[in-house]
Amino acid sequence: MDRGLTLDKHKGNTSMSDNLLQVIQDNAKTAKLPPGLSEADIKRMYEGMVMVRAYDERQKKLQRSGRIGFCVTSTGEEAVQIGTAAALEPADWIYPYYRQYGMLMYRGASLDVLANHLFGNTTDLAKGRQMPAHYTHKETNFVSFSSVIGTHLTHAVGTAMAAQYKGDDVVVATYIGDGGTSSNDFHAALTFAGVRKAPVVFFIVNNQYAISLPVEKQCAAESLHTKGAGYGIPAIRVDGNDIIAVYQAAQEAYARARRGEGPTLVELLTYRAGPHSSSDDPSRYRSQEEMDEWNAKDPLERCKRFMQQLGIWTEAYETQLWESIREKMVEFTNAAEKIDEPSWETMFDDVYAELPDALRRQRDELIATESEFPRDNEGEFPL
Amino acid sequence: MATKTLLQGINDALHTEMGRDERVLIFGEDVGLNEGVFRATTDLQKEFGEERVFSTPLTETGIVGAAIGMAVYGLKPVPEIQFSDFIYPAFDQIVSEMAKFRYRSGGEYTCPMVIRTPYGGGIRGGLYHSQSPEAYFTHTPGLKVVIPSTPGDAKGLLASAIRGEDPVIFMEPKKIYRAVKGDVPDGDYTVPIGPARVAREGTDLSIFCYGAMVPVCEMAAEKAQEKDGFNVEIIDLRTLYPIDETAILQSVRKTGRALIVYEAPKTCGYGSEIAAIIAEQAVDSLEAPIKRIGGFDIPFPYTLEKIYVPDAIRVYLGIKDVLDYA
Repeated sequence: MDRGLTLDKHKGNTSMSDNLLQVIQDNAKTAKLPPGLSEADIKRMYEGMVMVRAYDERQKKLQRSGRIGFCVTSTGEEAVQIGTAAALEPADWIYPYYRQYGMLMYRGASLDVLANHLFGNTTDLAKGRQMPAHYTHKETNFVSFSSVIGTHLTHAVGTAMAAQYKGDDVVVATYIGDGGTSSNDFHAALTFAGVRKAPVVFFIVNNQYAISLPVEKQCAAESLHTKGAGYGIPAIRVDGNDIIAVYQAAQEAYARARRGEGPTLVELLTYRAGPHSSSDDPSRYRSQEEMDEWNAKDPLERCKRFMQQLGIWTEAYETQLWESIREKMVEFTNAAEKIDEPSWETMFDDVYAELPDALRRQRDELIATESEFPRDNEGEFPL
Repeated sequence: MATKTLLQGINDALHTEMGRDERVLIFGEDVGLNEGVFRATTDLQKEFGEERVFSTPLTETGIVGAAIGMAVYGLKPVPEIQFSDFIYPAFDQIVSEMAKFRYRSGGEYTCPMVIRTPYGGGIRGGLYHSQSPEAYFTHTPGLKVVIPSTPGDAKGLLASAIRGEDPVIFMEPKKIYRAVKGDVPDGDYTVPIGPARVAREGTDLSIFCYGAMVPVCEMAAEKAQEKDGFNVEIIDLRTLYPIDETAILQSVRKTGRALIVYEAPKTCGYGSEIAAIIAEQAVDSLEAPIKRIGGFDIPFPYTLEKIYVPDAIRVYLGIKDVLDYA
């Protein structure tokens, strides 16, 4: 896969309307392969998006039936995840926000990594310490994150500076929602990255809402990508539901970083088609009409249309793809559910490299009661 | 071995550790060409270059956040926060991120780094150049908190902090940056993080203190010896977390009396934790109530700083008070 466009000159089969980069022409009869992408590449990206949607379906089911406590889905934002992941190299790093776990799957993490985290079981890489949706996966350089919005952006810059210092050919991709552009650390991160020319790409996933607050009440700027100018950082606005445009913009931004030209700010316009989390009810703050309007621009449907235009999509392919992926989702999540929860003493591990004496005493006092007073039945007082 | 100030001890540690390990990077406001507002980074940029020692934009959350990202990638950043009064914009990074990285990632990612920051009164700095915020950090699991009081410890503890695997808040008593002098071993030298130090041996009463309060307590102890014949022991805690409970309990069991001195506001200050440890585990050996001397529960005043910060007179009166208890 090679580069298809430059940030200031959009050529070939790309178009800029309303200052928005788009490639997929929804009403066209046919399409040409974009430069640097093969049919297999496009199929792989589409399959990546289907994986994310199927995983979200499964999460919702598990949460509604009470088998997991909480879930975060990313329906509508699949192109953002897979398009930017597809343009990355394996050595590159990711500082994600909530809805980036599709990148994990795309970069080769086994489904049990995700499933075990949903259940917080003993094989969960986060050892059952975080709520679902706070994935960590060192193998794919997918960095653990907190629930505080924006704090990871400065980490992404620091990691990019460290890679630059060590002379490693590593680019850092980091993500923030529209709401997160209001955070202190968004400002700090862009300030630092601009001055240090750090090899980092900031993706603003503008999904129109920060929980209930619409973007126009989040910031008075006409477009969030204009924020780059204040820090001397080149910026571009992209149709985030057009996976080819997302891929091309990401690849060009990564290439700039690799060439030592510093950070890029990429605003990806998309829509959070589902709730903020399983605890949220979007009908309280947005209309069905609005949701319908955005659902018509669904990134999977758009990619499917593009594949039809290329002549590489059939009903049989679609059916078979969904069947095999759905089956996998059931298999992995059912297996994860059967694995035990972490034992009590593990709660004290990893606070420090070595357990301090005072903390060891707290642990030992608790463990001494474990066999005598097991806490199996939540809500019951057994004594 | 050379006689140095505490500030020189710190500079020596930074110099030595940068020489030993090229993963060590130093940055913060004015630490490059200007060598820090207190000159703690003297000669470092000259010797190690702008790649490893540099001044940053004025954003504490950016400084600490970038350091975290470097540490996660495998470097050993030693950022400076110019005054601990300015650490609050980075508080979120310290508490939510730096302290929890290892834990929340199940040990997949770690964050070995050291934040150096001058703290405390004594330089006529008013509300915003004088605070002692150590208790915010000792209250945060995942952090180590270190405060030296001698030039040798400043070097040795800072070197250990930089070589360690955990994030450390290294607080420097700026009042005594140049006021105390002492022996500092040359070259490779470490003092382990954790153990307290017996600064003065005694049998009648134990004082627990740290940082700039150590020389104040020493002066008061000398006065009590001279005037009243009291034989006072002083424990310099050096590491606030992990806390050396053994040293605290051993001393108080020997003397039966405890005086705790710190310059932060008294209520919920770090000294309250020491009092609680003694009350929980050694109340049976106490011959008098535990006494705390702290700063007052007011913002740090400018003109009346000399009254706010515990001085040798208040400590001396505190010693008398505890020892006069029948």
